[in-house]
Amino acid sequence: MTTVPFAIPRPTHPTGVWSWITTIDHKKIGVLYGVTAFVLFIIGGLEALLMRIQLAGPNQDIVSPEVFNQLFTMHGTTMIFLAVMPLSAAFFNFVIPLQIGARDVAFPRLNAFSYWTFLGGAILLNSSWFLGGATNAGWFGYAPLTSTAQNPGNGIDFWIISLQVLGVASLAAAFNFIVTIVNMRAPGMSFMRMPLFTWMTFITAILLVLAFPVITVALIELYFDRTFGMNFFNVATGGDPVLWQHLFWVFGHPEVYILILPAMGIVSEILPTFAKKPLFGYSTVVLAGAIIAFMGWMVWSHHMFTVGLGPIPTAVFTLTTMAIAVPTGIKIFNWMATIWGGSMEYKAPLLFALGFIALFTIGGISGIMHAMASSDAQQQDTYFIVAHIHYVLFGGAIVAVVGGIYYWFPKITGRMYNEAIGKLNFWVMFVGMNLVFFPMHFLGLDGMPRRIYTYDANMGWSLWNGVSTLGALVLGLSFLIFIYNIVTSWRNGEAADGDPWDGRTLEWSMSSPPPEYNFAEIPTVYDRDAWWAEKRGQVHHGVPVGGGSGEEEHSIHMPQPSYWPIVVSIGLVIAGFGLVYHGTYFAVAAFGVLIGMIGVYAWSFEPVNDPE
Amino acid sequence: MWAFLGSDCMFFGSLIATYLVYKNRSLSGPLPVDVFSIPTTSVSTFVLLMSSMSMVLAYAALRRNRMKTFRIWLASTALMGMTFLAFQVFEFHAFANHEVVVDCTAPIGELTALEQSVAADCEPGQHEIEKQVGLTPRTNLFGSTFFTLTGFHGAHVTLGVVWLLSMFFLSFKKGAVTPEKELNLDLAALYWHFVDIVWIIIFTVVYLFGVFPGF
Amino acid sequence: MTQESQVIQHESAHPTPGTYFKVAMALSAITAIEVAVFYLEFVRHAIIPILVLLSGAKFILVCMYYMHLKFDDRIFSTMFVAGLVTASGVVMALMALFRFFA
Ligand code: HEM
Ligand SMILES: [Cu+2]
Repeated sequence: MTTVPFAIPRPTHPTGVWSWITTIDHKKIGVLYGVTAFVLFIIGGLEALLMRIQLAGPNQDIVSPEVFNQLFTMHGTTMIFLAVMPLSAAFFNFVIPLQIGARDVAFPRLNAFSYWTFLGGAILLNSSWFLGGATNAGWFGYAPLTSTAQNPGNGIDFWIISLQVLGVASLAAAFNFIVTIVNMRAPGMSFMRMPLFTWMTFITAILLVLAFPVITVALIELYFDRTFGMNFFNVATGGDPVLWQHLFWVFGHPEVYILILPAMGIVSEILPTFAKKPLFGYSTVVLAGAIIAFMGWMVWSHHMFTVGLGPIPTAVFTLTTMAIAVPTGIKIFNWMATIWGGSMEYKAPLLFALGFIALFTIGGISGIMHAMASSDAQQQDTYFIVAHIHYVLFGGAIVAVVGGIYYWFPKITGRMYNEAIGKLNFWVMFVGMNLVFFPMHFLGLDGMPRRIYTYDANMGWSLWNGVSTLGALVLGLSFLIFIYNIVTSWRNGEAADGDPWDGRTLEWSMSSPPPEYNFAEIPTVYDRDAWWAEKRGQVHHGVPVGGGSGEEEHSIHMPQPSYWPIVVSIGLVIAGFGLVYHGTYFAVAAFGVLIGMIGVYAWSFEPVNDPE
Repeated sequence: MWAFLGSDCMFFGSLIATYLVYKNRSLSGPLPVDVFSIPTTSVSTFVLLMSSMSMVLAYAALRRNRMKTFRIWLASTALMGMTFLAFQVFEFHAFANHEVVVDCTAPIGELTALEQSVAADCEPGQHEIEKQVGLTPRTNLFGSTFFTLTGFHGAHVTLGVVWLLSMFFLSFKKGAVTPEKELNLDLAALYWHFVDIVWIIIFTVVYLFGVFPGF
Repeated sequence: MTQESQVIQHESAHPTPGTYFKVAMALSAITAIEVAVFYLEFVRHAIIPILVLLSGAKFILVCMYYMHLKFDDRIFSTMFVAGLVTASGVVMALMALFRFFA
């Protein structure tokens, strides 16, 4: 590679803050993602706790209705875009290259860019708290609540722009992982030999790539309406707010699968490891994942049954929604068959995985209940929906993610967590979770609407609300336990060896934590559960087939750190602020774009710095 | 790159869906029949199609290491892209300053909806009335959806032009653009063709269908 | 999109400039027909299907030859076609939901 006159040499900071800022090592980026997303998860959790305290009893006045609206909107947005998605991304980053036998992702600098852009979007969104009030129209921002007439402040603009910034981050990450999984697999790892977590990541990335542009367009239209007085959702000029709902849910439903498929992947790794059996019906589970992703595009209007779409659309979407539960059920049965007759080791990760199955199933059942349009008419916009989404998202996604953190903790840190505290953590979380969310089923069926800031004593909702708030405190406690366990174990836990669980996939074949280059020698894969087969010395079934090209290098070249990803991200965030304030601030936006452009050019001309 | 293009399909798909859903729902003019000029847009469409051809020729030349031919074709691709953009700017400008001249004596049935609304202002005894009825993104639903859709397409073309020009200037630096690195050009080319096929759809769905009565 | 991805596999069978030129001619011809059809009175009622077919043909020509989808790895074409199919599906469904065809 020739050097370009104005190119700045690549940074070389082995340790310290700069090493993190300029890192392009997928493992470090994974840790950055994980820690940042967890902090944001705690922020979102505190928002929820405030709401629960406000609702603990009737007619309370702890937060004002205005603040309450901001709390639930920011809670939803934070949990979905700033907590669950990036927590999944943390696992993609850390685990995928290790599982497929690669030294890094396909585009390491793009990967760093994704992380910094995600962080920038998170800062942008949360800065609105201090800059005139956060968004307050619900996480799905229905028109016309978001119009300038209804919502003159700039909370909505912050929401629009930060979601766009986060979208850029997610899309960049998704492209990266698609290319990584298609091109970087170790020799012999055909698609049907890929670990399930890799499979689910792949499907999630494809969903992301297809779903995000839709919300991007919807947000652009909304932004144009607000900023330039266009007519997309303006009823006075013939615009139709229902179009917003359609566009949002065309994105929104695939999005819920983006949230849950990685969790399913994690569970599909944990169960076989601790049951000492291969996953039951591997190809069925993969296929079910693909079918879910495909059918996820055909159900969006089940969020809109009460809009009055007419009998035919309602019937069609009822049927497709019920049908999509079938592949989900298939997965659940496969997981159960996996542990059936296994020699189970009840370690913390397994407890979380089992908890996932139980809680997620409950969420699936309530899902089927409102798949039926006629019963949904009773449940729409009540606490019953809140119960559903939290069984699938908390009981599903978060429980699986926490299990995943315990599972890969030894690999990430090279230390063991405290098993006893881990188990305690699970039980407190399990009890707390059910205390918070199970009563919401009753409240919803009793007619309590979601998103109200208080209620009267004579509605008869006080008891279950009280229980739910108590549960929220228990849940909070479980996260204190979690933090304690993680922090103390990271500092001075027992040293972990490379393969503490007698694992099945390639990430367990190396030392913990893994060396910077991951694999001294790229492994050749002959089987599913490659590492397990290797350890057991199973006969290699013939020659390695299919799979990526791998890297046939003999000396190890690792890409070097870079300044430019963070520069481009900063440019993007500055541009974001300019767009939020619009008018003369478009100059600020232009400045941000300029920084971004400079960053992109510098990025492309960066010397490789390889002493070749 | 293919994944990116798949993603961009969804982007334009959503914009086109919005356009179509709101078609015939504008509460006031001007409408497509009033402003579109099919001959002009046919020419710019043709230019864009031809730019795709010169793009592949540039690519073929690079593979054969004929740098000079490569540069000529690459530059002409970018040039045609700019021509297309110039057409678009011209067209947007014309729409924004659209004027109608209506014969006040013509029977109402022969006038378009827009002409009728203008004719309503005819003074008794007046023969002809002239009025500016510009189309901007704020005018009506058609304006909002049309300018957003074609504007984002134009932005894609602009980005493509910047990309192609960057490669053009880079190609004068030794070793920056070589047959071994044809992949870099290939990606730019894929992007360019994609922008072209999106226009094929827009031209048919927005322009041709747009002026066809009753659709 | 940078050198970091040199792993992307590449194919060898590429068409010649001659083919490219022929394709370009076909594209221009189709566009000319489209515009012509447009001004022909007698095909009025069939115009929409005709235009859809013609521009579909253009679309496929560009994809197959210029974008060498025809000569590429299956996994890439799947990715692109997935986007295309989903997008068309969503557009159609939305139009139906808003009673466009009624
Ligand atoms: C068995 C599969 C499932 C079915 C049949 C199902 C069905 C439904 C239906 C019909 C609604 C709309 C309820 C209403 O607003 O009246 C809904 C809402 C929701 N579902 Fe599911 N669901 C399923 C699984 C999931 C999963 C796996 C997730 C996420 C991980 C999820 C997340 C959500 C969310 C977030 C909402 C509420 C959106 C909102 O209104 O804020 N669901 N579900
Ligand atoms: Cu849904």
